[in-house]
Amino acid sequence: MTTTVVCGLLGFIAWQGGAVLGPALFFGDAPAWAAISGQVPVWDGIWPACAGTLVLVLLAAALALPFGLGCGLYLAVLAKGRKKAFCSLCINQLASTPSIVMGLFGFAMILFLRRTFLPGANTCLLLAGVCLAVLILPYIVRATQNAVEAIPLTQRLIGPSLGLTLWQNIVHCILPQASRGILGGVILAVGRAAEDTAVILLTGVVANAGLPRGVLGPFEALPFTIYYLAAEYRNQSELEIGFGACLVLLALTASLFVSARWIQRKIENTWS
Amino acid sequence: MHFSETFSRMLLYTAAIVSMACVMAVFAFLVYFAWPVLAGGEWKDLLSLNWRPFQAHYGILPMILGSMYLTVLAMLVACPLAAGVCLFCSGLGPGPAAGAVKALVRFMSGIPTVVYGFVAAFTLVPFLRSHFSGSTGYCLLAAGLILGFLILPTIVLIGLSALERVDQELSLTCSALGLSRVQSLIHVIFPAAWPGLLAAVLLGFARAVGDTLIALMLAGNAPQLPGSLFDSIRTLTAHIALVVATDSQSQAYRSVFAAGCLLFFIAAAVNITVFRVRQKFGGLSRDG
Repeated sequence: MTTTVVCGLLGFIAWQGGAVLGPALFFGDAPAWAAISGQVPVWDGIWPACAGTLVLVLLAAALALPFGLGCGLYLAVLAKGRKKAFCSLCINQLASTPSIVMGLFGFAMILFLRRTFLPGANTCLLLAGVCLAVLILPYIVRATQNAVEAIPLTQRLIGPSLGLTLWQNIVHCILPQASRGILGGVILAVGRAAEDTAVILLTGVVANAGLPRGVLGPFEALPFTIYYLAAEYRNQSELEIGFGACLVLLALTASLFVSARWIQRKIENTWS
Repeated sequence: MHFSETFSRMLLYTAAIVSMACVMAVFAFLVYFAWPVLAGGEWKDLLSLNWRPFQAHYGILPMILGSMYLTVLAMLVACPLAAGVCLFCSGLGPGPAAGAVKALVRFMSGIPTVVYGFVAAFTLVPFLRSHFSGSTGYCLLAAGLILGFLILPTIVLIGLSALERVDQELSLTCSALGLSRVQSLIHVIFPAAWPGLLAAVLLGFARAVGDTLIALMLAGNAPQLPGSLFDSIRTLTAHIALVVATDSQSQAYRSVFAAGCLLFFIAAAVNITVFRVRQKFGGLSRDG
């Protein structure tokens, strides 16, 4: 029964969305190249939303990656006993915090900044990026920790036994061996960031912002476009754009997901 | 590159501390903004059934109850289905089919929430509207059904990993006792894997409580007590999104932060319970 429902859902989207797939879906009436480079504004296409999602996801991943990697390595290599349990609990809590609460956190930050030392602060791309980074941080931490702990102990001890320092051991022994696992986790985290709507809903997404102009400006995003069109579509062609956007987003997250799975499966074959 | 031992240690400690600080910061901001309501006498008003912002009534009780009803309904949809899928994948179904179903469930966890909501808004909602008179289609039932499918992969995947772990230890014993595959699954392996299955159900519950988009798109968002499955409800999460998006006055904001705190505490409660269960029963499953 589950199978039927899922296949039905996929088929429905493919059927509805496939009909409108084409340059017109992305760019509306504007010429494609001019629209991509931002010379011509796009009114009835989803290209600005795609660009917004892309920038947002890159920003979030760039912010979350260093801390996620560091924390994962800390948990796998350095931490022991109670400290490890506590840190682990914190990361779990971060992972299970609902995304709307994360959005509320971003909103609260803006209120706080307005009251204290930045009265002109407003919701923007940077804020959404920071909140999304916090949202995907636990995924990266877990992926790093699992990938490092999956390396056989003998392999992990080679570095120290040869007299490498901790840093040399991490850079030359641990990271190269765990890189695939970490990469898989990062791709999954990116997919998570791309699909999330609740966070950006509260932190500065706007329906008709056009291409993002800077990290302090408003932006559009693909999931929000879908949500917005479902609630407030005015005619049949807008509804079709909505189905097209669904198909694009689904294709994006599905391809990220499948590639992450593929990478992880390769690892399972490596160590077993 | 030659970094000293202490420096590289510091680097990792910093990353870990920043990550932990994120949790603290989220918590601190929520409490900071909700404190005026919680500390003053206003919380009584907050726990009332009245949500009339223009007459200064900010009761969020309908939303709390709405969240509870919706979550329970979603669990009622998801748990039996998940149990069936788990049984099918762990031995009742033929090998290739089981593998295919498992891959499909994995893939389901990658489908964006907003896509579920969008498709349901144009298929399930009109269906309910035309088949049950007196309903707009945007109701508890629609949201509950879809939310059930949304949390299904969470429950199935965590539950399956728990089952597989127990299976490895016990399947040989079961065969030696002459139990068939079905008997051993139902009488030995399911009962033995209960801590892991409980964790799976709890995490699915947390996912259902915290989900925003399904409720926002399908549940109708009227702040009232539902009288039947076909009534419109508003959940805590949808409430936060709606109030912040419509830019109300500051008093309404505070009730939103109280709602945020509540959601955070629910997540924390689930999290700590799962942690305790796993600690007590020997770390049966450690993903999360």
